[in-house]
Amino acid sequence: MEPVRQVEGRAYPWGAKNIDTDIIIPAHWLKTTTREGLGKGAFETVRAQPGNLFDDPRYAGAPVLVAGDNFGCGSSREHAAWALADLGIKAVIAPSFSDIFSGNAFKNGIVPVVLPQAAVDRLVEVARTDPITVDLETMTVTTPYQDRFGFTLDPFRRRCLLEGLDEIGMTLAQDTAISKYESDVAQARPWTLVGVGGEGSVVEGAGRT
Amino acid sequence: MSNAPRTLYEKIWADHVIERRDDGTCLIYIDRHLVHEVTSPQAFAGLRAAGRALRRPDLTLAVPDHNLPTTARVDAAGQPLLIADPASAGQLSALRANVAEFGVPYIDALDARQGIVHVVGPEQGFTLPGTTLVCGDSHTSAHGALGALAFGIGTSEVEHVMATQTLLLAQSKTMEVRVDGTLGYGVSPKDVVLAIIGKIGAAGGTGYVIEFTGEVIRAMSVEGRLTVSNMSIEGGARSGLIAPDETTFAYLKGRPMAPKGADWDKAVAYWRTLPSDAGARYDATVQLQASDIAPSLTWGTSPEDVVPITGAVPDPESFADPSKRVAAQKSLDYMGLAAGTRMQDIGIEHVFIGSCTNSRIEDLRAAAAVVKGHHVADRIRQALIVPGSGLVKRQAEAEGLDRIFVEAGFEWREPGCSMCLAMNPDKVPAGERCASTSNRNFVGRQGPGARTHLVSPAMAAAAAVTGRLTDVRDLMTADA
Repeated sequence: MEPVRQVEGRAYPWGAKNIDTDIIIPAHWLKTTTREGLGKGAFETVRAQPGNLFDDPRYAGAPVLVAGDNFGCGSSREHAAWALADLGIKAVIAPSFSDIFSGNAFKNGIVPVVLPQAAVDRLVEVARTDPITVDLETMTVTTPYQDRFGFTLDPFRRRCLLEGLDEIGMTLAQDTAISKYESDVAQARPWTLVGVGGEGSVVEGAGRT
Repeated sequence: MSNAPRTLYEKIWADHVIERRDDGTCLIYIDRHLVHEVTSPQAFAGLRAAGRALRRPDLTLAVPDHNLPTTARVDAAGQPLLIADPASAGQLSALRANVAEFGVPYIDALDARQGIVHVVGPEQGFTLPGTTLVCGDSHTSAHGALGALAFGIGTSEVEHVMATQTLLLAQSKTMEVRVDGTLGYGVSPKDVVLAIIGKIGAAGGTGYVIEFTGEVIRAMSVEGRLTVSNMSIEGGARSGLIAPDETTFAYLKGRPMAPKGADWDKAVAYWRTLPSDAGARYDATVQLQASDIAPSLTWGTSPEDVVPITGAVPDPESFADPSKRVAAQKSLDYMGLAAGTRMQDIGIEHVFIGSCTNSRIEDLRAAAAVVKGHHVADRIRQALIVPGSGLVKRQAEAEGLDRIFVEAGFEWREPGCSMCLAMNPDKVPAGERCASTSNRNFVGRQGPGARTHLVSPAMAAAAAVTGRLTDVRDLMTADA
């Protein structure tokens, strides 16, 4: 993943509440086996309406989205984060995010910035005419009008963004600890590690109608 | 270790921490991984690109469900029928190729045990109390009904679990949702969870793991509990736990992948230590009384838009929160409803009984009990029954439920996710209205322009019979 230190530019001034991942990318776009090209399906039902934000030339290619409470609720589909990334969105600002979407955003270099409703309302107003800056070093959102809103991020996730870390690679380096945990559990709770391999549970090919 | 009273969640968490980092993030072991065709191909591709193996295929189970058509899967000669949509067929064949390449146990579409991952896991005994269980699907919260710490993950996390059998997580806050009393006549677990979501809101559980407690939850079967835990995510909570008890053990005993012999005894002894200790503290507590819960349904496009069936479509101006007023008006426009309309005066064209929320044997029994002796109303264009698995289907057929449904004018289908999210050919046409036992009433969820009212299986059956949203208690009383 590319490191992310700052996101600056125009912002979609949306502010809508409870935007679910079916709105971000409808299910019929999920029949893909790659991560690429989902921007064309992003916000399909919103974009079907004339005069919508996402086809407004003022915001074309905007790297920031300002949204309402509970952004990214619903389905766990990471396709939502892939679609936003493909649209060029690198930060979303909202009063709250769903836990699953928030995790997916981080893993794709999109910063989910939580700010109070009053700050989000102000940013929706500013975004109609001016750019917004999200800075991960100073942990602030600023505008050309002296607005300055501080935010927090989970320290581990912030570090992953700033350094562009490969989480799987980092965890594989812990292999000894994982193996030790497995051998401890094999003693303490042996049934847990049986899984599908248990007696009488051959899966492939059995039990056909 | 301190002797402070702990919650069920804290006990499972503590038993799965491999390492705790200085910043508080923990490396957590994952005991069970369910895989389906939609959220896994990019994860398998990631492993392949990095030359990585799948660490524990024996703790992984793959089942296709989202894309499968629910019409017949074999022809008269028993030969598999081709899937018409090339994109769906491609995703299904990618899963078959990936599980073969990485050695993952797989239940295929023609196997009697195939079904929705969240129906198959408990049914096979793959889901166990006190385990951590994940799947690239938000309704993984369902497995919390058996006392598993189960939650939905994104595809990057799916790849992380495949490669390492772990996840890097921060511990969640805890919320107790307590439902005491005795449920009234005609009130089901679906009504309970709709009432809970209506109370806490669609974001009320964000950042929390819920534990459902109280007399109502204790009295529920495992099937009923699965319905409640399943919809935790619609209240914002990634997981919804229920403490394992004798009901749980009786459900699991003898299931194909459940522990056997001496292992079973050891497992039960451990499971008995898991329920939250007396005096354990939750970060938040919500209480409901069973007597306040009526058969319920949704009027809008968020699962928090809940009213009792005796109620009416609310006036958007009645909401205190200005952003909710705007959202409610947009919902009513999309739903084609006017404020003040009695819910029971709303006509419907479609009925869907299925999904990981309500497609188990008890759901089908509840629907059949209402349907028996009636016929689907003339204005209904399609009434689908989609069992959650091949084994549920077989059980229902052994009980003669399929004949009740078919004689009443329902279509009796093959298992899958179906009209819950319309990735397969089962869709509600634009502008038409569906009484659905699924979990999401989002804009376009059941098809572009589709209008969804979330209901229990008995309420869906009642709506099918009358052609409008109906208080199932009236129909049950009329028959008594």
